[in-house]
Amino acid sequence: MIAFILRRLAQSVLVMLTVALVAFALFRFVGDPIASMVGQETTLAERAELREALGLNDPFLIQFWNFILRAVQGDFGISYRLQQPVMELILSRLPATLELALVSGVMAFVFGVGFGVYTALNRGGWISGTVMTTSLIGVSLPTFLIGILLIWVFAVELQWLPSFGRGETVYIGNWWRTGLLTESGRASLILPAITLGLYQMTLIMRLVRAEMLEVLRTDYIKFARARGLSNRAVHFGHALKNTLVPVITITGLQMGSIIAFSIITETVFQWPGVGALFINSVRFVDVPVMAAYLMLIALVFVVINLIVDLLYYAVDPRLRVDRANARH
Amino acid sequence: MSMKSLLLPTRGALLTGVAATALVLSGMVATAETIRWARVGDSLTLDPHSQNEGPTHTLAHHIYETLVERELDGSLSPRLATEWGITDEDDTVWYFTIREGVKFHDGSEMTVEDVVFSLDRARTTPSGMAALHAAVEEVTAVDDTTVHVRLSGPAPLYVQNLTNTFIMSKAWAEANGVAIAPNYAAGEEAYSIRNAMGTGPYTLVERDPEVRTVLRVFEDHWDDAPAVTEIIYTPIAEAATRVAALLSGEVDIVQDVPVQDIARLEQTDGIKVMRGPENRNIFFSYDMSSDRLRSSDAAENPFANPLVREAMSLAIDRNAIQQVVMRGESQPSAAPLPPFVNGWTEEMHVFGDPDLARAGELMTEAGYPNGFTVQLDCPNDRYLNDESICQALVGMLARINVNVNLNAQTRSLHFPLIENWETDFYMLGWGVPTFDSQYVFDFLVHSREGSYGSFNGSRYSNADLDAKIESLATMTDLEARDAVIAEIWEEVINERIFLNVHNQVLAYAMREGVTLDVHPENQPRMTTVTFD
Repeated sequence: MIAFILRRLAQSVLVMLTVALVAFALFRFVGDPIASMVGQETTLAERAELREALGLNDPFLIQFWNFILRAVQGDFGISYRLQQPVMELILSRLPATLELALVSGVMAFVFGVGFGVYTALNRGGWISGTVMTTSLIGVSLPTFLIGILLIWVFAVELQWLPSFGRGETVYIGNWWRTGLLTESGRASLILPAITLGLYQMTLIMRLVRAEMLEVLRTDYIKFARARGLSNRAVHFGHALKNTLVPVITITGLQMGSIIAFSIITETVFQWPGVGALFINSVRFVDVPVMAAYLMLIALVFVVINLIVDLLYYAVDPRLRVDRANARH
Repeated sequence: MSMKSLLLPTRGALLTGVAATALVLSGMVATAETIRWARVGDSLTLDPHSQNEGPTHTLAHHIYETLVERELDGSLSPRLATEWGITDEDDTVWYFTIREGVKFHDGSEMTVEDVVFSLDRARTTPSGMAALHAAVEEVTAVDDTTVHVRLSGPAPLYVQNLTNTFIMSKAWAEANGVAIAPNYAAGEEAYSIRNAMGTGPYTLVERDPEVRTVLRVFEDHWDDAPAVTEIIYTPIAEAATRVAALLSGEVDIVQDVPVQDIARLEQTDGIKVMRGPENRNIFFSYDMSSDRLRSSDAAENPFANPLVREAMSLAIDRNAIQQVVMRGESQPSAAPLPPFVNGWTEEMHVFGDPDLARAGELMTEAGYPNGFTVQLDCPNDRYLNDESICQALVGMLARINVNVNLNAQTRSLHFPLIENWETDFYMLGWGVPTFDSQYVFDFLVHSREGSYGSFNGSRYSNADLDAKIESLATMTDLEARDAVIAEIWEEVINERIFLNVHNQVLAYAMREGVTLDVHPENQPRMTTVTFD
């Protein structure tokens, strides 16, 4: 078990280094940050000087090496655009993204599993039909459009919910700013959370439904029924539990995507998270922020994959035996 | 109420959720004195000298003040300086009489020392304002109310460079370790980036970069109290969300209205749109000097041939661009400078209908009866509908057999092409913050050397014209100077260095009952807001 975790950690470091390398190779194609950093009166000589001072003329491998050297010391530099330390900037934006991701992730999981089980058990019912049909919207409409649509209906026409921002926030501890403890913060969370979680919810729902239908046909379910177990015990104790391995994998990986790809939702709702920070940084060619953000996202994926692997162990005892045998 | 009950789609819970939210929203409805103001991007820094950038200056004008103020018509009016001019004894020295009784937000009195300190800070690198003050040699306080600025030579227009140079407190800057402007390479955040203390009409209450900034009226301000007593400034990057926030009543004023939404907003009850010309014109230019073009199949450089340039000017249909691409929201013009800039004339502005027959003859005469190919470089996120304008031009030039490949890309990739002379044919927009033609000549017409010609992507070089342009900087006889400006323009227009399209028009949308006039430099002041 410990050897397994250590091996996965070593692999993770390699993955992150690769991500950083690819990122730095790509930064050369994003453009020249100098144009956005100085006024139009700045002479060409001064521009060249600043470019040299920031090390932008170095070959990308050298830039990459310098970045790694500083990154292992925890120094990600200063944002070109906001002139604040990158780490502080990202940490100050992270709670907003994590809260949004968590709420929409939980929502997607709860409603996804709930609807999935319901539609699997009540095939042919009109409610199931409606749920299945509307879920098509979730997978086929782009996030951007869903967001705009929700804003239009709930903010502009009905005026029930705010169209942008995070509402009032309060601090928990020194740096974690939460919107969950204020009325306006919670109200502001609803539309972005639905927008971000809709696709995931549909995905989980369809997956659970398909898996449930599969499992419900198996022999041990028939035996369970023959033993006279209640419907509840059969459905939730036996059927659902056996569908959960793929669902956990997908939910875990989707959790990474939710954090990584909250960019669009954050942009549409002017949500002050790391995704919006990243988009603004790309526009400005703010290399230090882009580099740190990509590393962070790589880290999120790596950690989530690790957790998912560990959860397999917990949920499915067979894996424990197989892996243990395979190694000896 | 818990998060869960807000999310459960049961009827009762949903209604409670809605009721609670409605309460929240009604709590957010502003009193008559608060203005909630949204635009596309935030100010980059609160430091008054760090960045020479529009949105940054716009916010700074509310907290800090300048010596002179740019009025809506482009003229200058007194602000922290009550009088200014060139001294009688020495034409290289400007004097500024500093307003008395001006207080900083911390209660201290503003003195000439603060003015000297601020002007020095602004002209010292790494200040972003240094380029505007490159000619300054010394700033001194001669008495309690007068500051002298000595320049390297006579500079008749120096005061025009001061409209965005803010005055800050020497004591405050020194106490907080920001006596010089913050540096990109410094490695740590300077105090002045998120804190501000000036003499302006509003004090900083809350600063949350890219989320919201709250300003409250400064009671001890020297000028008349403004109608707006509180400003809540929110950047909203997404155009559709910005408009939605106005329609839902969550903001009062939206500064960057998408062109395609203007007409619809005007039809909407409770919303009005204010329009005005922007200090920025949009034009095309081309490499006129190289022997060959990098992207063309022509053996020689076709743009070097005046007949080709004339043919292109006859092929462009500015009115069509205005009506179709800009939906009427632009001022078509042949003059490559905004109308309120000194040196603009009606003759430069007028243009005829496109004449394709004549253009075709010229192309044949020039030796390109079958045309040529060339690449057009164009930004796609810098000017209003920039890429669409370029697409329209591609179609128009195709009619005279100029086969244009459009390369539209983000601004951080586009502008280095001009800077590095890597483009044959490009789009550029130019604003004139000094409101004088010299600014256009310095950067766009003069040969590239030293501080001159940094945006001269045409490689145009004319020693005669260069000498005239340089002479403008030191001519104190303004009438003679205007004559030289006219001479230079005549040459520039005859040479067709620029293929101008239009001047941009700005539109601000706001709720009924609020009025904010359009500022030509897109730097609106909330002090000018009036309520019905």
